[in-house]
Amino acid sequence: MELSTRTAHELHNMLVKKEVSSREITEAVLGRIEQVEGQVSAYITVTADAALAAADAADESFAKGDAPGLLTGIPVALKDNLCTKGVKTTCASKILKNFVPPYNATAIDKLANMHAVPIGKSNLDEFAMGSSTENSIFYPTKNPWNLSCVPGGSSGGAAAAVAADEAIVALGSDTGGSIRQPASFCGVVGMKPTSGRVSRYGLIAFASSLDQIGPLTKDVTDCAMVLQSISGKDPMDSICADVPVPDYLAALKDDVKGLKIGVPKEFFVQGIDSDVSAAVWKAVELLKSLGAECGEHSMPVMEYTLPAYYILAPSEASSNLARHDGVRYGFRSAQATDVDSMFQKTREEGFGPEVKQRIMIGTYALSAGYYDAYYRKAQQVRTLVRQSFEEAYSKFDVLITPTTPTVAFGLGERSGNPLEMKLTDVCTIPASLSGIPAISITCGYKNNLPIGLQIMGKHFDEETLLRVAYTFEQNTSFHKNRPALGRE
Amino acid sequence: MTEYEPVIGIEVHAELLTNSKMFCSCPVEFGGEPNTRTCPVCLGLPGSLPVPNRRAIEFVIRASLALNCEVKEYSDFYRKNYFYPDLPKNYQISQYDNPIGRNGWIDITVDGTVKRIGIRRVHIEEDAGKLIHASVGNESLVDYNRGGLALMEIVTEADIRSAEEAREYLVNLRAILTYIGVTNGKMEEGTLRCEPNISVRPKGTEKFGTKTELKNLNSFRAVYRGVEYEVKRQVEALQSGGRIIQETRRWDDDRGITIAMRTKEMEQEYRYFPDPDLVPMNFSAGLIEEQRSLLPELPQARKERFMKEFDLSAADAEMLTSTRAMADYYEEAVGAYPDYKGISNWIMGDFTRMLNSAGIEIDASKVKPVDLAGLLKMIADNVISGKMAKTVFEEMFNTGASPKEIVKSRGMVQVSSETELYPIIDQVISENPRIVQDFLGGKEKSFGFLVGQIMKYTQGRGNPQAVNQLLRKRLSETKG
Ligand SMILES: [Zn+2]
Repeated sequence: MELSTRTAHELHNMLVKKEVSSREITEAVLGRIEQVEGQVSAYITVTADAALAAADAADESFAKGDAPGLLTGIPVALKDNLCTKGVKTTCASKILKNFVPPYNATAIDKLANMHAVPIGKSNLDEFAMGSSTENSIFYPTKNPWNLSCVPGGSSGGAAAAVAADEAIVALGSDTGGSIRQPASFCGVVGMKPTSGRVSRYGLIAFASSLDQIGPLTKDVTDCAMVLQSISGKDPMDSICADVPVPDYLAALKDDVKGLKIGVPKEFFVQGIDSDVSAAVWKAVELLKSLGAECGEHSMPVMEYTLPAYYILAPSEASSNLARHDGVRYGFRSAQATDVDSMFQKTREEGFGPEVKQRIMIGTYALSAGYYDAYYRKAQQVRTLVRQSFEEAYSKFDVLITPTTPTVAFGLGERSGNPLEMKLTDVCTIPASLSGIPAISITCGYKNNLPIGLQIMGKHFDEETLLRVAYTFEQNTSFHKNRPALGRE
Repeated sequence: MTEYEPVIGIEVHAELLTNSKMFCSCPVEFGGEPNTRTCPVCLGLPGSLPVPNRRAIEFVIRASLALNCEVKEYSDFYRKNYFYPDLPKNYQISQYDNPIGRNGWIDITVDGTVKRIGIRRVHIEEDAGKLIHASVGNESLVDYNRGGLALMEIVTEADIRSAEEAREYLVNLRAILTYIGVTNGKMEEGTLRCEPNISVRPKGTEKFGTKTELKNLNSFRAVYRGVEYEVKRQVEALQSGGRIIQETRRWDDDRGITIAMRTKEMEQEYRYFPDPDLVPMNFSAGLIEEQRSLLPELPQARKERFMKEFDLSAADAEMLTSTRAMADYYEEAVGAYPDYKGISNWIMGDFTRMLNSAGIEIDASKVKPVDLAGLLKMIADNVISGKMAKTVFEEMFNTGASPKEIVKSRGMVQVSSETELYPIIDQVISENPRIVQDFLGGKEKSFGFLVGQIMKYTQGRGNPQAVNQLLRKRLSETKG
């Protein structure tokens, strides 16, 4: 079996037993990148030298007999909106095309400290704004299951890299579904942890109150390993909570007996693909047969989550992205003649259309006279969404829904229809608004494209999510499938 | 002709005496090479996040309580969005709907009348960097050393009606803030910045006129002169049929005028919204009470106590309590030797003059309070004369030595005994027979000359009273 197709937990065991070196693994992954990256375009930057140096450091650490970290020696793809010291971090935007951060994101530091192997910076929609990775200024990423389809977004590069074995695991970021939706489209596991579980320090902000770093992996065990490696309080992020980090690997139990699972009907939206719906219900039936108690539920406020999200996220973005002005770093327009024109031209030339549109929407929503009608109203919806989840969790341990209403769509198919594009996030946005954790795993296929199952849990209860996902995985074989890419 | 009255509100920004900046751990110091005290957070680099400085928040709670404000349990941070190159994120983290302090007041006294000035709000925010326009070419540079420092903003109600009230408000405010130790309040260094909003309206009317905002007032005197000028300018403009433009004006201290900086025809749109990077603050009653318990006796109360306890005039007591350091100094000195009036005169006289010319505050002086008290006691005990004391004090000020040491090492002890003085007096009498004859002939003026000669021989150490008395006695004997 090729090393690049293995999971992190398999490789971790092999490394510990000295059956393989990190250099061998890293070279295998770099070889796989060489083989398929031309078709997939998962990366903006491949950091082969840094990867091999880290691999050697990991091997040295194994040789010395240091206690290994869970990801020591494991190649990791990093979404290119995570600051990496000395390595370009572009956000797939012209405005940051040559930005080299002088510091690491906290999550990156945690991986670096355990000698994880940074294999490259993965592609995304510009500033994480989009659902298809078509909004990258570099190139769109392709879905490894079908190269004429999108991988989802905005962490499309990370999801595609893991699905195509161009990385063992990846870190992405999720604002309204940017980990879960591409995980679903690419047939990998993706988790958005609870808000405050993982430090956001060094994640280039899109919408601060919604942004969260999380894992994209080949299976649930790897997801637990990555989550374990990046969680915990950080003095650099005041939202990051002082809540003890449990042993997530210990939570991986093949047992859902007595667990209460709710299925909120509002997530089976109008226009949902009946095959997606059927696959999700089949999964629910399976969990039922394994001893879970499943019941239908209603959350009427869900109808308002999409509009509320598309007020709140752009509002925060309009302010977060103001700092990209050409003064201190990044792109500066050559057309500037004075301070005002430097601001205007730099931003006019530096941002793509989707980003500009969201900045304008957000600027409008925060303006005096509109604030109450838009921003404040949307915050009120957010409060109602939270209450609605609290009520649901008084009856259920987890909620199960589709991750997306359809499987991956064709490249260019929805770029002319922004509303349809945004509807792909309708099932993932509610968890983002309420700050709860959610995971997407594969529960079927349609036309050889993966179907995603979303499991949502209580605040800081990633353990139960992992347990349900793990049980499902142990009793199915979807997670073992890989796209044929390059192996036909 | 219509009579106008000024309507003035004042915004003050005070730099807080924290060790580190408001949202990062960069140190707070004055001066230094540009951009050496910066980090990803205060440079607003992509991905960086603010973490609030707890001490700064406590300082603002303490200041709010000292200014008689309500401090509610809930408070939060807002973003104030506007583009300017000295503002690294192009938004300033500030407060809006829920400032730490609100609805307070302080009392000021103008022409013997007490007036209450309302404090609308006290809030916390971060400072911006400093734009430097290069001397060569048309480049502008930015120094972010100051960027992100913790600032407190204090906004009054539009209660102020004259330049005198404006200055008096500021003197009182500064005294309170320095008393409670939250700022060093140096207007010249810009750690206390005062920006009055000024408008005028026909006397007896309610509606506010168009206001202008004044900047660059770097001393109490500049505040007084700037406000006085601006009020006069507005009144004259209106009386001659002109109108006032809403704008920011800069005070030019050398020319004594205000100059338009930028016009604010429209209310600027700041798009305030709660900062999603920061959790709201929830102050426990315990925290608020702890800050209240840390409040010292405030200037007003101390002034009144000084008047009663040390029998000082209102003016003297106000002067002595104008800073906490001076009031502490005074109390320590009178505790060592209770010459209330004498010590007060010394502090407010020569001592203050010398402090001013040395450019230091009283607590930085080498003269210990107990030594000032000792000096006063030596005068009272006739050990030295008042004139000698001035020389001794100068040395105390320069070296920090005690008056006893100085008097001893310089041999400055006063000469007042008969055994020491008679030989000198006799010598002077024998050397100046004609002057003595003149005196005996009724020329009183000649007496002064003889005293001068004696003082010369004693190198100024002669006790004037003793010299007078003994010389007169000898001369009357001569006459006889
Ligand atoms: Zn800093």
